[in-house]
Amino acid sequence: MTAPLLLFDRIDEPGLDTLDVYSRRGGYEALRKALAMTPAEVLHELEASGIRGRGGAGFAMGKKISFLPKGAMDKYLVCNADESEPGTFKDRELMQKSPHMLIEGMIIAAYAGGITRAFIYIRGEYELQAEKLEAAVEEAKAAGYLGERILGSDLSLTLWVHRGAGAYICGEETALLDSLEGKRGNPRLKPPFPANQGLYQGPTLINNVETLATAPHIIRMGGEEYAKLGVPGSTGTKLVSVSGHVQRPGNYEIELGIPSREIIYGLAGGPAEGRKVKLWFPGGSSAPVLTGDDLDVAYDFDTLAKAGSMLGSGAIIVIDDSTSVVDVALKTAKFYRHESCGKCTPCREGTNWTVKMLERIDSGEATPMDLDIMAAVQENIIGNCLCVLGDAMAMPIGSMIAKFREEFEAHIEAARARNELATTETAPPEAIIQGAVA
Amino acid sequence: MAIDPTRVPRFGHGSRVPGWDDAADLTKDPEGIPDPATTPVPEELRAAIEEYMARYPDRRSAAIPALHAVQARYGWCSPQGIEEAACVMRLTPAYLTAVATFYDMLFTQPVGRHDIFVCTNISCSLNGADELFAAFQEHGGDDLEFNIRAFECLGACDIAPMASFDGAYVGPIRPDEVPAVLEAVRRGEEPLPDRQLKRLKSADPQAAE
Repeated sequence: MTAPLLLFDRIDEPGLDTLDVYSRRGGYEALRKALAMTPAEVLHELEASGIRGRGGAGFAMGKKISFLPKGAMDKYLVCNADESEPGTFKDRELMQKSPHMLIEGMIIAAYAGGITRAFIYIRGEYELQAEKLEAAVEEAKAAGYLGERILGSDLSLTLWVHRGAGAYICGEETALLDSLEGKRGNPRLKPPFPANQGLYQGPTLINNVETLATAPHIIRMGGEEYAKLGVPGSTGTKLVSVSGHVQRPGNYEIELGIPSREIIYGLAGGPAEGRKVKLWFPGGSSAPVLTGDDLDVAYDFDTLAKAGSMLGSGAIIVIDDSTSVVDVALKTAKFYRHESCGKCTPCREGTNWTVKMLERIDSGEATPMDLDIMAAVQENIIGNCLCVLGDAMAMPIGSMIAKFREEFEAHIEAARARNELATTETAPPEAIIQGAVA
Repeated sequence: MAIDPTRVPRFGHGSRVPGWDDAADLTKDPEGIPDPATTPVPEELRAAIEEYMARYPDRRSAAIPALHAVQARYGWCSPQGIEEAACVMRLTPAYLTAVATFYDMLFTQPVGRHDIFVCTNISCSLNGADELFAAFQEHGGDDLEFNIRAFECLGACDIAPMASFDGAYVGPIRPDEVPAVLEAVRRGEEPLPDRQLKRLKSADPQAAE
C-alpha cells in the first residue's frame, strides 16, 4: 500500500477543522491557483483528472460540470452529504475532520461551472458534522473565501448548510432537490436532468462530498498528474468504508485498482480467526453481492462492473460464514421497504412483497417456487421506477438468490419441517384471504 | 398453505395503518394560512424561521429547518407549533404536516425528551444490534423520558453496534452496558465518554503519520 494520501493525509491532526491549521497546511492555495486560471482551464483540469463521482453512480465529474448551460443565469451547486447508503461512513469522517477541504472544493467547482449559489445538504443525523461545517463556513466567510468577489476575482458565491431530517431517499439527487425545496423527498422524472433543470428549475450541479473534496487536490497536482493514480477508467484514490465481520472496521484511503483482498484482509484485518468471507457488498447494500471466491477482483469501477456488481459509494460490508444469507436478505429488504418513498408502484409494492416472502421463508410457509416468484419480482422492479431505490433492493436480493439458491432452499426445507401448519397444507378460511379478520 | 392470522397484525377494519379511515369533517372549510393577527408566535421561533427563509431563493426551502426549530422548542412537531411555523412561512399547516410526516426525525406525536436512535441496519446487526435494541427497549422502553427507536443506517458502521443519544454517536455498546448508559443519558451526561464518535481516531494507519 503505497498510495499517496490525499484526502486522509494526517486527518487526525488536532484543529484541522479550523481555518488556521488548514491554511497552515496549504489550504485554500488550490483555490488561489484556480482563481488565477480561467474557468475553462479549471474545468479542463477536472476533466483531465478523469475523476468519477464518489457517491455511487460513478459519473465523470468534469463531464457533469460541462453539461451546465453557459451564460449568465442563476446556477446552483448542491453538495450531496446525505450519506445514508448502508455501510457508508466516509463523508462523515471527512466533513468532521476536514470541513474546509470540502468548502474549498465547492468553491473551485462553482468557479468552473459559473455557479453563484451553493448548498450542502447534510443528513439530519449528522449533527456533529453539520456543526463543524457551519463553523467552517462562517470562518471561510469571514476570511473572504465566500461572499462577493472572492479573493478579488469575479467569482461570488453564497454557501449554506442545509440539514435534512432522516430519509434515505434524499440521497437520490432529484429527491434531494425536492427536499431542499422544502417538499417531501420524492424523486423526479428524468429527463430533464438536474444540469438543465434542477434546484428551483435552474441548472444544478450535484456532487458527492468526497468528489468535491478531491477537487483542490486535482488543481494542486494538475489533472494529468492525478490521472496517473489508480488505473485507466478509475483514476485517483478512493475512501472505502469497511464494516461488518472484519477486525479493523473503518475508513481507508486506497488507490483504485488494488485487489479487494488487500482491503478486506490487509487493511481491515478480515473476519475473526477461523471464519472466512461468505459474501460481501462491494459498494454499499445496493450493490449485488460477491462471494468469498471473488476476493481477488481488482477494486475499481470497471472491474467490479464486469464482475457483476458495482463500486457504488465504496462501502464494503463483509459477512462471514456464521451468518445465514436469508437473514442478510431480510435485513436488506426491510431497509428498502422502510425507505421507499411510495411514489412508484414497482418499488413500493416490490419491496413490501419481497419482505413478506422472505418472512415466509423464515417461518416455514414458503415453497421453493417462492424463490422464483421472488426473483421475478426483482426483475420487474429494475428499470421500472423514477429512481433506483427499488433497483437498489432488487439487485442485491436477486444476486443473493442466484448465488445462494441452495442455502435458501435448505432454509425453506428446515423451516417447513419445524412448522406443523405448513406440512398440513390446509387452505386458509375465505375471510383471511380477503384480509377481513376481525 | 396455512397462514397464522395471529401473526398478521391488523385492526378490526382490516388495515394495518391506524386512523386511515378516520372520517373527515366535511362541514369544515379547509384550513388556510394562519392569520398573523390571531396566531401568536414566540419571538425566538419567528426570528429563527425568518432567518432560515432569508437563506433561500424560495421561502418554502426553510420547511425542514423550521420544523427542526419547532421540534427543538416543543419537543415534537405539535399542531400548535406547526401552525406557528405555517403562520411565519405563509404556508398552510397541512403543507408543513405533509413534510413532517415524511421524515424519520420529525415527530408528529409527543415523544420522550431524549432521542435514542439505535442503528439496526446490516453492519450493526451483524455485530449484535438487534440484541442491543432489545436491551434498550427492555430497560428504557417504558420510560417516558426516552424516545427509543430502531433506526436505519446512521453511517457509523465502524463503531457497530452503535446508537445516537440526542445526536451524539456512541459505540460499540454491549447490551449489558445499557442500564448504565440510560442512567447517564437521564442525568444529562455523556454516556461512555471514551467511545464517543467525536473522539474516534482514523482507522487508516497511514493517516496518523
